[in-house]
Amino acid sequence: MADTTYIFLQQYWWFIVSLLGALLVFLLFVQGGQTLIYTLGKNNTERTMLVNVLGRKWEFTFTTLVTFGGGFFASFPLFYSTSFGGAYWVWMAILFCFTLQAISYEFRTKPNNFLGQKTYEIFLFLNGLLGTILLGTAVATFFTGSQFSVNKLNLVSSGNPVISSWETPWHGLEAALNFHNLSLGLAVFFLARTLAILYFMNSVNHDVILERSRKHLLYNAIPFLVFFLTFVIWLMVRDGFAVNPSNGAVFMEKYKYLHNLLQMPAVLVLFLVGVVLVLWGIGKSLLSKYSKGIWFAGFGTVFTVLALFLIAGYNNTAFYPSTFNIQHSLTIYNSSSSKFTLTVMSIVSILIPFVVAYIWYAWKSLNVKKIDEDEIKTESHLY
Amino acid sequence: MEQFDLSLVNWSRAQFALTAMYHWLFVPLTLGLSFIIAFMETLYYKTGDEEWKRITKFWMTLFGINFAIGVATGLILEFEFGTNWSNYSWFVGDIFGAPLAIEGIMAFFMEATFIAVMFFGWNKVSKKFHLVSTWLVALGSNLSALWILVANAWMQYPVGMHFNPDTARNEMHNFWEVLLSPVAVNKFLHSITSGYVLSAIFVIGVCAWFMLRGRHQLMVKRSVTIASVFGLVTSLFLLVTGDGSAYQVAQKQPMKLAVMEGLYEGKEGAPLTAIGILTPGKQYDDSKDPYIFKIQIPRLLSWLGYRSGDAFVPGVKDVIEGGYVYRDGNGNERVAPSVEQKMAKGKIAIGALAEYKKAAEAGDSSAMAYHKKLLDENFEYFGYGYLNDPKSVIPNIPLTFYSFHVMVALGFLFIIFFIVMLYLVLFRQFKVKRWLLYLSIVMIPLAFLAGQAGWIVTEVGRQPWVIQDVLPTVAAISRIDTSAVQITFFLFLVIFTALLIAELRIMFKQIKIGPKEGGK
Ligand code: HDD
Ligand code: HEM
Ligand code: HEM
Repeated sequence: MADTTYIFLQQYWWFIVSLLGALLVFLLFVQGGQTLIYTLGKNNTERTMLVNVLGRKWEFTFTTLVTFGGGFFASFPLFYSTSFGGAYWVWMAILFCFTLQAISYEFRTKPNNFLGQKTYEIFLFLNGLLGTILLGTAVATFFTGSQFSVNKLNLVSSGNPVISSWETPWHGLEAALNFHNLSLGLAVFFLARTLAILYFMNSVNHDVILERSRKHLLYNAIPFLVFFLTFVIWLMVRDGFAVNPSNGAVFMEKYKYLHNLLQMPAVLVLFLVGVVLVLWGIGKSLLSKYSKGIWFAGFGTVFTVLALFLIAGYNNTAFYPSTFNIQHSLTIYNSSSSKFTLTVMSIVSILIPFVVAYIWYAWKSLNVKKIDEDEIKTESHLY
Repeated sequence: MEQFDLSLVNWSRAQFALTAMYHWLFVPLTLGLSFIIAFMETLYYKTGDEEWKRITKFWMTLFGINFAIGVATGLILEFEFGTNWSNYSWFVGDIFGAPLAIEGIMAFFMEATFIAVMFFGWNKVSKKFHLVSTWLVALGSNLSALWILVANAWMQYPVGMHFNPDTARNEMHNFWEVLLSPVAVNKFLHSITSGYVLSAIFVIGVCAWFMLRGRHQLMVKRSVTIASVFGLVTSLFLLVTGDGSAYQVAQKQPMKLAVMEGLYEGKEGAPLTAIGILTPGKQYDDSKDPYIFKIQIPRLLSWLGYRSGDAFVPGVKDVIEGGYVYRDGNGNERVAPSVEQKMAKGKIAIGALAEYKKAAEAGDSSAMAYHKKLLDENFEYFGYGYLNDPKSVIPNIPLTFYSFHVMVALGFLFIIFFIVMLYLVLFRQFKVKRWLLYLSIVMIPLAFLAGQAGWIVTEVGRQPWVIQDVLPTVAAISRIDTSAVQITFFLFLVIFTALLIAELRIMFKQIKIGPKEGGK
C-alpha cells in the first residue's frame, strides 16, 4: 500500500535539492574566478576590478551552499547524518575553505587588516581550488559509493547508540583517491574557471582583460571537456546501484545510469540540451566577439548538473550507495523526512519563485552597466 | 555494556561551544545595528540632509565588516550538526532540519540580496528602493534569528512531535506547536532584544570615543540620541523577556532553574539570590551551606518562577529525589518521580523499542502492538534510559550560577546607563563627564559578556541533555576519532582567533578614520 502523496513529496524534494545543487555548481563561477585573479589581472587596478565584480556575487554562492545544506538536512536527514558525520575530513576541508572566503572580500583592501592583502588573495585562491574540486569529488560519491553502515537498532544499545558509521579510518579522504571521483572534481574546477571567464567577459568593460579572457577560455574549456567526458563516459558504462521497488533491496545493475537516462527521456533531453548550451556558450565566445556566453553556459550547467542529480536519485536508484554493505545504501525513500515535515516544507517552497523574482529584480537594478575603471575610482564601497 | 567515549563527547562539545560562541560575538551586532542604520537612513530619506547619509554610511561600513565574519562562523555551525552530532541529526532531523531550511529560503537570501543593494546601490537605484533594501536587510537578519532560535527552543522544550518506532526517530506532527511554543517566543524576543541592547551600547561607546577626541560632533549627537532611545526601550523589554525566559525555565527545566540560583533544597517562598558566592566543592546531598556569602530578596524566586510568593521551588535535591508536586505541560498536577524512577522508565522504553523491532522483523503484530504501547507510555523519559548515575543530571553549577548572575546584573546596569545617557542628551546638552565617556567604552565588552553569559546559562544549564529528557548529549555524537575532533577544534580556534584579531583591527581603524567627508 504505497502512499503516493508521500512518494510524490520525496521526489519533489529530491528535485528541489538537485536544483539547489545545480545552481550551486553554476554559482561556483565565483570560486573559479578567484583562481584567475592573477592570471587575468596584471596590475592592481585590474585585479581590483576582477575581485569587485566577483565580490558582488559571492554571497549568493555562499547562501546557496547554506540552503543546499539546510534543505538536504530537512528533507533527507539520514543522508546528512551519514555523510557529514562519516566523511568528516572532506566536509571539514570544504567548510574551512568557505570560511576563509567569507571574510576575504570584506577584509582584503581594508587598512590595517592584520594578515595583508596577499594573504586574503591566497585565501580566495584556496577556496577556488579546494572548494570546487572537493565538492565535485563529494558529489561523485553519489555514483561510486562510500564505505558506511547504517543500523537503526544501535539506538537501543545504550553504550553505543550511533546509527551511522564510516567503515574506513580515512573518513572521506578515500573519496579523493578514486580517479572516477576526482575526474568530476577536476571537471567542476575547470568548469568553474570557464564560467568565470565568461562572466568576466560579460561584466567587465576593459579591453585588455577581455582579450586575455578569450585566450584563457580555451585553456580552461579543453581540460574541462576532457575531465567531464571522462566522468560521463565512465558513468554510462559502469554498474549502478538499483533498488527493487517492491522490497527496497539494493542490487547492482549493469549500465544503470545509462538506463536511467534512456528510461527518463525528459531527463535525457535536459542533459543533452544542457551540454549543447554549455558548448554553444563557450564556442560562440571563442569564435566571435560575443560576450554574453555566460547565459548559455550558465543555463546549460544548471540543466546538465540537474540531470546528473536526477539520475542519481530517480528511477529506483540509490543516491548514496554504501559499498560496505549495499543494503545499507540510502534511497530517497529510506532516508527522507516524514510526510508531515515534507508537506510543511513544500508549502514553504511556494516562496521560492518570489525569492527568485526579487533576486532578479535587485540584480537587474544593480547591473545597469558593466564595471569599468571609472567605477573603481568613484565607488565608495570597494573590496 | 560498552562505555561511551567521554573524551569524544567532550571535545565535540568544546568544538560546538567554540563555534557557537564565536558566532554569537558577531550576530548580536548584526541584529541591532541593521535597525539602527535603517532608522538613520529613514531620517536621511525624510530630511534629505547629507549629514544623515554620511552617518548612515559610517555605521554601514562597520556593519559590513562584522557581517562577513558572522556568515563565516554560521556556515560551520550548520554543518557541525552533521559532522559532529550526526546521531542527533538523525534522531530529531525531522523536526530540527525544517527551521534550518526555512531559514535559508526565507531569511538568508533576503539578507544576501539586499545587502548588495545596500552597499553598492547608492548611485544605481532610487533613494526609496535603497531605503527599502536597508530595512529588508534588518528584517532578514532578524528572521534568520527567528528560525534558529525556534530550533534551539525546541531542544529545551520538545513539543509537536512523537516517536516513530518504525523509523526510529522523532517526527513532527504539529508545526505551529514547534513555532509558537512559549519557550520559542520568549527565546526569540529575548535574544534579538539582547542584540539591540548590545548594538545601542556599541554605538554609544564608539561615539564616546569620538567625544573624548572632540571629533564629529554632529554625528555623535545624532547617533547617541538615537542609540539612547533605542537602548532604553529595548533594555526594558529585555528585562521583561528575560523574566519570561526564567518563568519558562521554571516550568520546563526545573533542574536548570535550581542550578541558575544555586538552590540545593527546595522551599516554599524561595528567595532570589541577588549576589552570592557559592561554597566550593559542595555536593548536592551533603549538609554544607550552599553559600559563603549571599544577599537575598525574600520570596522573589517563588514569585518569578511560579507567579506566587508562596509557591514551592524544587532544588537540585528535589529534582533528583522526586516527590514534590508540579504542573505538567497540560496543567495537571503530578508528583515528580525521582531520577532513579525516570531512569527505570527510560530503560523500559529503550527495551520496548528493541523488542518492537524484533517483533517487526518476525512479523508478529500483536507483540508489536504490545511493545509499542509500552514504548509510548514510557517515552517521556526515553533519554534517561541512557544514563547510569542519577547525579549525572546535574549541570555544572558554578558556571551556570555565575553566568546567570553576571547577565542579570549587567541587564540592570544597562538600564541605568541608558537612563543616564538619555538624561544627559535631552536635558544637559551632552555635557558628559570624561569618566562617563570612558565608562561608556567599557560598556561595550560588558555587553558582549552578558550575551555570552546568557548562552552559557541556556546551554550549560541544559546538560546533560541535548534534547531535554529525550536525548542526552553523550548519545548525540558522530562516530569519529577523538583526535579528529581535536585537530579541527584547534584549527577552528586558530583561524577564528586570527580572523577576530583582523576584524578588530580593521574595525578600530575604520572608527579612527571616521565618517568620510562629502558623503562619498
Ligand atoms: C545583552 C545581553 C543580555 C542581557 C543584559 C540579559 N540577557 Fe538574558 N540572555 C541573553 C542575553 C542577555 C541571550 C544571549 O540572548 C540568551 C541566551 C539564550 C537566550 O534565549 O537568550 C539569554 C538567556 C537568558 C535566560 C535563559 C533562557 C533559557 O535557558 O532558555 C534567562 C532566564 C535570562 N536570559 C534572563 C535574563 C534576565 C532576567 C535579565 C535581566 C535583565 C537578562 N537575562 C539580561
Ligand atoms: C549562538 C549562540 C549560542 C551559543 C553561544 C551557544 C553556546 C553553547 C555552549 C557553551 C555549549 C556547550 C555546553 C556544554 O558543553 O556544557 C553548547 C552546546 C550545544 N548547543 Fe549551543 N549555543 C548557541 C546557540 C545554539 C543554537 C541556536 C543551537 C541549536 C539550534 C545550539 C545547539 C547546541 C548543541 C547541539 C550543543 C551540543 C551539545 C551540548 O553540549 O549541549 N546552540 N552551545
Ligand atoms: C547553532 C546554531 C546556528 C546555526 C547552525 C547558524 C547558522 C548560520 C549560517 C549558516 C549563517 C550564514 C548565512 C549566510 O550565508 O548568509 C548564519 C548567519 C547568521 N546567523 Fe546564525 N546560526 C546559529 C545560531 C544563531 C543564533 C542563535 C542567531 C541569533 C539569535 C543567529 C543569527 C544569525 C544572523 C543574524 C546571521 C546573519 C549574519 C551575521 O549575523 O553575521 N544564528 N547563521
